[in-house]
Amino acid sequence: MSVVDTQLHTSVDSHVHHDEHHDHEHHEQSFIRKYIFSEDHKIIAKQFLITGIFWAIIGGVFSVIFRLQLGFPEANLEILRPILGGWITEQGKLDQNFYLALVTMHGTIMVFFVLTAGLSGTFSNFLIPLQIGARDMASGFLNMLSYWFFFASSVVMFASIFIETGPAAGGWVIYPPLSALPQASLGSGLGMTMWLISMALFIVGSLLGSINYVTTVINLRTRGMSMWRLPLTVWAFFLTAVIGILSFPVLFSAALLLIFDRSFGTSFYLDQIYIDGEALHHSGGSALLFQHLFWFLGHPEVYIVLLPALGITSEIIATNARKPIFGYSAMVISMLAITFISFIVWAHHMFVTGMNPFLGSVFMLLTLIIAVPSAVKSFNYITTLWRGNIVFTPAMLFSIGLVSFFISGGVTGIALGNSAIDIQLHDTYFVVAHFHLVMGSASFFGMLAGIYHWFPKMFGRMMDDKLGYVHFWITFVGVYFVFFPMHYIGIAGFPRRYYSWTNFDAFSSYADLNMLISIAAIITLSAQFIFLFNFFYSIFYGRLAPLNPWRSNTLEWTTPRLPGHGNWPGKIPTVYRWPYDYSKPNAKEDFIPQHIPHYETVESNLEHEKVLEEYDRELAKESEIHVSSHSH
Amino acid sequence: MTSLLIITGTILIIALFALVYRILALVNIAKGTHEKRVGFSNTVNGFLFIVFFIVGFGAFFWYSGKAEYLPPPSSEHGVITDNLFWVTTAIITVAFVLTHILLFFFPYWFRFREDRKAYWYPDNTKLELLWTAIPGVVMALLVITGLIEWTKITAPAPEDSVQFEIVGKQFNWMVRYPGKDGKLGKYDYTKIDGTNQLGMDFANDKANFDDFIPREIHIPKGKPVKLNIRARDVLHSVYMPHFRVKMDAVPGMPTTFWFIPTKTTAEMRKELNNDKFNYEMACTEVCGNGHFAMRMVIVVDEPEEFNKWVTEQEPWASQNKDYISSLKLKDFNLADLEK
Ligand code: HEM
Ligand SMILES: [Cu+2]
Ligand SMILES: [Cu+2]
Repeated sequence: MSVVDTQLHTSVDSHVHHDEHHDHEHHEQSFIRKYIFSEDHKIIAKQFLITGIFWAIIGGVFSVIFRLQLGFPEANLEILRPILGGWITEQGKLDQNFYLALVTMHGTIMVFFVLTAGLSGTFSNFLIPLQIGARDMASGFLNMLSYWFFFASSVVMFASIFIETGPAAGGWVIYPPLSALPQASLGSGLGMTMWLISMALFIVGSLLGSINYVTTVINLRTRGMSMWRLPLTVWAFFLTAVIGILSFPVLFSAALLLIFDRSFGTSFYLDQIYIDGEALHHSGGSALLFQHLFWFLGHPEVYIVLLPALGITSEIIATNARKPIFGYSAMVISMLAITFISFIVWAHHMFVTGMNPFLGSVFMLLTLIIAVPSAVKSFNYITTLWRGNIVFTPAMLFSIGLVSFFISGGVTGIALGNSAIDIQLHDTYFVVAHFHLVMGSASFFGMLAGIYHWFPKMFGRMMDDKLGYVHFWITFVGVYFVFFPMHYIGIAGFPRRYYSWTNFDAFSSYADLNMLISIAAIITLSAQFIFLFNFFYSIFYGRLAPLNPWRSNTLEWTTPRLPGHGNWPGKIPTVYRWPYDYSKPNAKEDFIPQHIPHYETVESNLEHEKVLEEYDRELAKESEIHVSSHSH
Repeated sequence: MTSLLIITGTILIIALFALVYRILALVNIAKGTHEKRVGFSNTVNGFLFIVFFIVGFGAFFWYSGKAEYLPPPSSEHGVITDNLFWVTTAIITVAFVLTHILLFFFPYWFRFREDRKAYWYPDNTKLELLWTAIPGVVMALLVITGLIEWTKITAPAPEDSVQFEIVGKQFNWMVRYPGKDGKLGKYDYTKIDGTNQLGMDFANDKANFDDFIPREIHIPKGKPVKLNIRARDVLHSVYMPHFRVKMDAVPGMPTTFWFIPTKTTAEMRKELNNDKFNYEMACTEVCGNGHFAMRMVIVVDEPEEFNKWVTEQEPWASQNKDYISSLKLKDFNLADLEK
């Protein structure tokens, strides 16, 4: 091995059985079973991650293309012709249909393919078994299917970008009748059909994954790992999966009915339509029905992308502040509250759609309630930093950035949730600013933080810190430069999904601000290549990772540098404490991992933990017996 | 050829970058900088949060002072909702700034030091309750004021409202006024064709005969105005930014919105010192490739001017006698239109 192998052995590995030549060796698998149709949760996690990164690049490039149009409406985009072909008009302008297609694909890709599949798919898969002490997911096979459904869905969505009429173009919310009638828009033809097929596959994949996560967390926790000792990451993934299971099927039905309306002449969403010189036969449907069904998923979806990021942040902030997360149970209760309330706020997206205004009042009330647990979470993060001993790893920087976005984007939700105020703000850039900060950027930062933090466990090597810092600062400043100015543009009333605002006197200001945003977007996107370089380079050439590089408490750091199939070569560690014993008074080190029994830490046990010393001894004895009777 | 050059250039640059990076990494390892738990960068990162805070919030307040917002609302409810918005914004700005002072100063303040241990502080129920209660109370206050306003805005329009119809279609707006009888004639979407674009049902409703379809919207200052909104093909959304009015146009489901305009176009021109100023209506629900171009001008008149304008308009039926006669209505005499 090379000079780079500077293994740092921390105190942790003395507790682990180093059983290099374990009997797992003889079920050596073929390349295809091991890396492609793998049932190992760690490989599947990496598959989700790589696919997610691929989509993030596409989604990011799309946003930069349409930002060029918005920031430089006069510019000649002839140079893009080699890539976009006929979508650049004779005059060197971006085609208007294609503009909408780009916006739609950008939203769909970011929300579903990057921040749902890429985030949950990666980290739920990777961390749930490792952090609860399980050999793998409850069903490796379903887990594999989950990825391959997602893959198939990706292939269909990707192919739709290249068809002649272009991909779906009705916005990521695909409201009918626009999305139902091919004659209404270029993107409502084949592109929309492919969007629906892709999303149907996506939902199946997502459900298979979620069911697996929930089952695994409920059933496969190691000895001693009670629900109240779960790391907040696992709580977050668990609740995310619950939300997914309850809400995605509703989107599935919404999509199915839309398919019927499109292809089989039904009228679920259509009524009294005259288009293209023809009065359609459809009658009796309701366009609002679709919106209700869509947002019944759509709002919980916001938390599907956000909760995992918050879980990841909780873990990273506690670890790197060297302090217990403040208010563990308050954090869990807030997440439970958010999970529940997220299902009863959906119609705040519909205040001015013609929905009964009384319903608007009810939803306004419920919406502003959800702000409370979110506020509690922010305060708890900040208090965790207070009097900490903070180590700024790149993951920690991104986590602090996340909290900042969560607050700056979250507070404007209080304005938008107020139906009287939303009359003016709805569908303006104010909304774009709001959700990009609170859901887009916050979740994105959660994902990046998670990658930096768990990279050593995923690939057995370290990413470079310095590049991480540069990546963080450019991205953090860049994101604020991109999305903060959108508030002003929104307050000035600029509508979203506009190809250009120059038709209106009211929206003719802010050309300068729009240009600034576009430049910032280009710089921010470019900075992601620093990350990509760091990521791929470190996979192959990074410094070899120590076993527990962040001196963390959770179980994944008790596995070998590159855990094999089954995760722990020997027995699965038993858990004796919660995951946040950082800087405990009188403890030898500033962390006590979960698998250290209380009888080994007599000096630091708190008053109420004294009883656990005896209890842990029993538990340890019991696990010894179980292992010998169970072993393979 | 150029693209080939660009590609080779990019690859070379990346390779160079990789090489330099690799050498630096090896040097670092040789020097053993990775043995220490944190390096100097820890202080730098902590400090940068403070710099970011000062520069960021400086820019925020400086720009907020000089940004161009929409002119003050020209409708009665708009004044109130704008007020609500600014009050809410003030409250959330305070929360935003306070939390960020803590969030961005703590990192520097409590950055890692070898000789210190973090303070063991796992929870504090009183604190938790306190900061559950405070946002709770603030939210409650905001909800109540919002609810009261929302209920008023969405209450049924006053009986004496000036009414007209707004129809969204790909890709323009059409408006129809009730004419002398004060009643909008019934419509039927199957009656729509290239001429009768709004599907006015002349056969079944005589009220259609005096309806007129102008190119601009006119409304009177100080009178309640009720919009009857519908769409012909896909969703659209009526958006009148200066009046703080927005309501979707839905095929098959008529919607409404009412408001009281408070400033005439002439008054606005004077106020803004811009004699080209016009009130505008836009579309805010994506409806296809012409979505961004659905502009219509709104003119707010003094009530007398408005009444005069109404009497000057010629009914659509009179302008389209050929169409009316082609309907071959039995109990109808073309000459009636002249009256
Ligand atoms: C490089 C970073 C990004 C930039 C510059 C950017 C920019 C934009 C802009 C300007 C729009 C509005 C376009 C319009 O209304 O005409 C938009 C839409 C959207 N973005 Fe992003 N965005 C970025 C990243 C993200 C991320 C990370 C997410 C994940 C949540 C996201 C989700 C969305 C969604 C859901 C929409 C709405 C799409 C629709 O209207 O149907 N974006 N983006
Ligand atoms: Cu929502
Ligand atoms: Cu539109």
